[in-house]
Amino acid sequence: MKARVHVMLKTGVLDPQGEAVRHALGSLGFDGVNGVRQGKVIELDLAETDEAEARKAVTDMCEKLLANIVIESYSVELG
Amino acid sequence: MKAAIIVFPGSNCDRDLAVAFERAGAQVSMVWHKDTDLPQGVDIIGVPGGFSFGDYLRCGAIAANSPICRSVITHAQKGGYVLGVCNGFQVLTETRLLPGVLLRNAGLKYICKPVSLKVKTADSAFTQGYAAGSSMTVPIAHHDGNYFADDATLDRLEKEDRVAFTYDDNPNGSARDIAGILSDNRRVLGMMPHPERMAEPLHGGSDGAAMFTSLVNQLADA
Repeated sequence: MKARVHVMLKTGVLDPQGEAVRHALGSLGFDGVNGVRQGKVIELDLAETDEAEARKAVTDMCEKLLANIVIESYSVELG
Repeated sequence: MKAAIIVFPGSNCDRDLAVAFERAGAQVSMVWHKDTDLPQGVDIIGVPGGFSFGDYLRCGAIAANSPICRSVITHAQKGGYVLGVCNGFQVLTETRLLPGVLLRNAGLKYICKPVSLKVKTADSAFTQGYAAGSSMTVPIAHHDGNYFADDATLDRLEKEDRVAFTYDDNPNGSARDIAGILSDNRRVLGMMPHPERMAEPLHGGSDGAAMFTSLVNQLADA
């Protein structure tokens, strides 16, 4: 089973990289971009075939390593 | 007094930290990240600067989950001393031995230069060689030194006198100018600036040396 984890900075945590991308878009003439937030996507190839078990395991992976929950939120997609 | 310096793939201040402890009179051993046990009778662990595991995923995140770090956490939980410098500070926040996290510098640039720090508390084995309120100059060399924690955590750090150092001229966007913090038992210190790189006159200054001499003196008596 494949899993895809999206990790994003929490609201309220300043994202200087996203801000730099927003400025660069503005200088390319893309007006009207009010905000840019940059995150990451992590794809996992799992031996587990049961969806509930897989979700539980990936959530545990997020809490322990894939995301730093002090500053980041995560979401898990399976399939 | 016995110090152990942890070496990760990508550590690059491990030998500098070892020399700083040795010159202050400590017996130093180097410990590879795949080891699971610390040498017998270690008083303090140094987690050095560098780019452990290439800063992959997040700075310090992979190192914080390496085999030796379980022993580092146990050592700290038993009241042992730990000093984390630069990447070592990032590792200590990832292990949750210290609160908060180090984000990308606000200016997005890697910064390598001497900075002026204020010693905020002399109430720790790390900082008792300095007067509270005094200034010291030591270098920073980091891309991710922007200290972040929620307001409640920052308030608690200030109230409990756990901010060890602040920047006089904040170079990286750190919350409340924080350059270094202590754990609640005051025995774990994480700091972005490098005291080991300003520890003898040939370095261009020796403001960092007092940290190592005071640690060696204090822990040798213990």
